Amino acid sequence: MTECAIDVKGLCKSFSGRQVVSNVDISMPKGEVWGFLGPNGSGKTTTIRMICGLLEASAGEGTCLGYDIRKEARKIKELSGYMTQHFSFWQDLSVRENLQFVARLYNLSARQKVVQKTLDELGLGDRQDQLCGKLSGGWKQRLALAAVTMHKPQLLLLDEPTAGVDPQARRDFWDEIHRLTNEGVTVLVSTHYMDEAERCDQIVYLAHGKVLARGTVDDVIAQCGLITFQGKGENVRRLADALKGRDGIEHVAYFGTALHVSGRDRDKLKCQLGPFMDEADWQEIAPSLEDTFIDLMKQAGVDKREHG
Amino acid sequence: MNGIGASLLRVYAILVKELVQMRRDRMTFAMMLALPIVQLVLFGYAINMDPRHLPTALYVEDDSAVVRRIVSAFEQSGYYEFSHRADSPAHGSKLLAEGKVAFFIYVPAGFTAKLVRNERPQWLIEADATDPAAASNAIARAEGIISSALRTELKGPLSRPKSSEMPVELIIQRKYNPQGITQYNIVPGLLGVILTMTCVMITSMAMTRESERGNLENLLAMPTRPHEMMIGKITPYILVGLVQTAVILLAARYLFQVPFFGSLALLMSAVMVFIIANLCLGFTFSTIAASQMQAMQMTFFFFLPSILLSGFMFPFRGMPIWAQQLGELLPLTHFLRLVRGIMLKGNTFSHLHLEFLALVLFILAVGLLAILRYRRTLD
Ligand SMILES: Nc1ncnc2c1ncn2[C@@H]1O[C@H](COP(=O)(O)OP(=O)(O)OP(=O)(O)O)[C@@H](O)[C@H]1O
Ligand SMILES: [Mg+2]
Repeated sequence: MTECAIDVKGLCKSFSGRQVVSNVDISMPKGEVWGFLGPNGSGKTTTIRMICGLLEASAGEGTCLGYDIRKEARKIKELSGYMTQHFSFWQDLSVRENLQFVARLYNLSARQKVVQKTLDELGLGDRQDQLCGKLSGGWKQRLALAAVTMHKPQLLLLDEPTAGVDPQARRDFWDEIHRLTNEGVTVLVSTHYMDEAERCDQIVYLAHGKVLARGTVDDVIAQCGLITFQGKGENVRRLADALKGRDGIEHVAYFGTALHVSGRDRDKLKCQLGPFMDEADWQEIAPSLEDTFIDLMKQAGVDKREHG
Repeated sequence: MNGIGASLLRVYAILVKELVQMRRDRMTFAMMLALPIVQLVLFGYAINMDPRHLPTALYVEDDSAVVRRIVSAFEQSGYYEFSHRADSPAHGSKLLAEGKVAFFIYVPAGFTAKLVRNERPQWLIEADATDPAAASNAIARAEGIISSALRTELKGPLSRPKSSEMPVELIIQRKYNPQGITQYNIVPGLLGVILTMTCVMITSMAMTRESERGNLENLLAMPTRPHEMMIGKITPYILVGLVQTAVILLAARYLFQVPFFGSLALLMSAVMVFIIANLCLGFTFSTIAASQMQAMQMTFFFFLPSILLSGFMFPFRGMPIWAQQLGELLPLTHFLRLVRGIMLKGNTFSHLHLEFLALVLFILAVGLLAILRYRRTLD
């Protein structure tokens, strides 16, 4: 068995009595990219913070890069890079000064060279004296990624690194992530983008602090057991409301101009679609990851209501 | 009409928002309500512009009934309290130099005999006049105390005609500040006050600024130890403090002509220790405060007693014992004794080692608290 970069069991976190993460287990082999997904407030940031020692877990234990997450947080911090969800570099320092500060804190040898190389790779060489607070949102994200990878960490924890980043930069970002994993770096990245999730070796889906699904993208879709029909045509817009909430239909969602209608029972689904057969051009398709997530989120919502 | 109405509504919206925010910030709210009361009580009772029961050392070479009578008259006046018995005139002066007493009364040998022979014997009072205000009332009363004591004592054959001059020659030596120049006392004191103000205030922002601007998460995710953070955050401000010290000392010298009797090296080491003490305190504040606003309030909460109870504005000895004990906890109290002692009295380390010790203990206690309070995690 390959060695685990992250191996945690039963992680829980409560804030003033409210449990926001419950019983999260993650064992993640070295050298992989895992996506961390889930609706807003599902506990992704909180879990990542517990893994890198920024928050103390209320319960649970585990190791990160072989070090105990409770007792050896310092070691973990030295060997990992954590990119915060909100930009947290110093806005009143220049780009170069921020990088220099990080380089000094990690005691990097050949500091000037490393900083210069990072600046050049970032493409910020000519704007190195600009204050970080004056950078655009996307550039801040790119700077942050560069800064957390500068000390060659073995593990990268990226919390929504591509929020607000343009499509091309997002691609560059992911190319960079894959380049790093090829070098043996392990990456856990939280995201809300499906295309990014699809580029991950495995995904962990969290809702209300619980892991609802995990595995490769195909596994997760298969585990969910959805059957999806796609409807295309001029009138599909009017159909959505009519179909929603009918027996056998789990959810109805737009994908571009098409309508996806998903359920678990093919016959029931066909039966419900029957009256609308003429209104659109229907076709059974393989459910997408997003269909799966919509379903997971819905289930989680039901769970929550049931548990009160 | 509509315009005004809408405008009033907006004012109301802002007003309500402010009130909600004010209530949410518990500490600010508590400070606004409780602080004036605490301070009123504290300072109302503590501060006394007419200091009494000033500690006095006594050395009597001529123990007679008359002398005892005068001594007890001094005690009964309420201004003098004979807290120390000196073993020699030199010992008395030393007690004065160390600041253990405010006065030293020395009755030379042959006092009674000379008094009987009407030779106007000398009654010597050495006063610590570094703070002219503290000593002046007591000094002003000395002559009255002696003459009224003698009036009851010198009866029958010893009585003198009413109009004749004082039967005793009262010699008052205002030491360290003979002309009673207020600046001599205030300017060195200001050094302490300004350093307290700036050092505590600047560092009290140190950690709160990081958390308020969202940098804390990043800082904590990188491998730094609490003491590294503390030393790194504090050191730059030691330099700021030293620059301020240089400016104030130059002003003291060339603008106010304050004398400087002691050693500059000793003074600079006192300044260093004092600056570090204040920076440690500020850093501790910054580990407790939730926002820069709160840090600022804590600074002021600390600053006010520092000015009022340290002996900067009002005579330390004039305060009730509990207030003096409170004052002993403040670094400024000890620094004032150091800076005034060194500059005005020419004190050496042997006079002042206890004050140094007090500051070092303060640094250790507060520094430890800061490191314990330092947040290693975000919760
Ligand atoms: N310091 C805190 N104090 C109290 N509650 C908190 C704290 N931090 C997070 N929470 C709560 O924990 C829950 C999970 O938050 P978390 O930030 O981990 O979610 P997330 O999955 O990262 O969401 P998002 O996708 O919006 O970033 C939320 O309900 C949030 O309100
Ligand atoms: Mg988050």
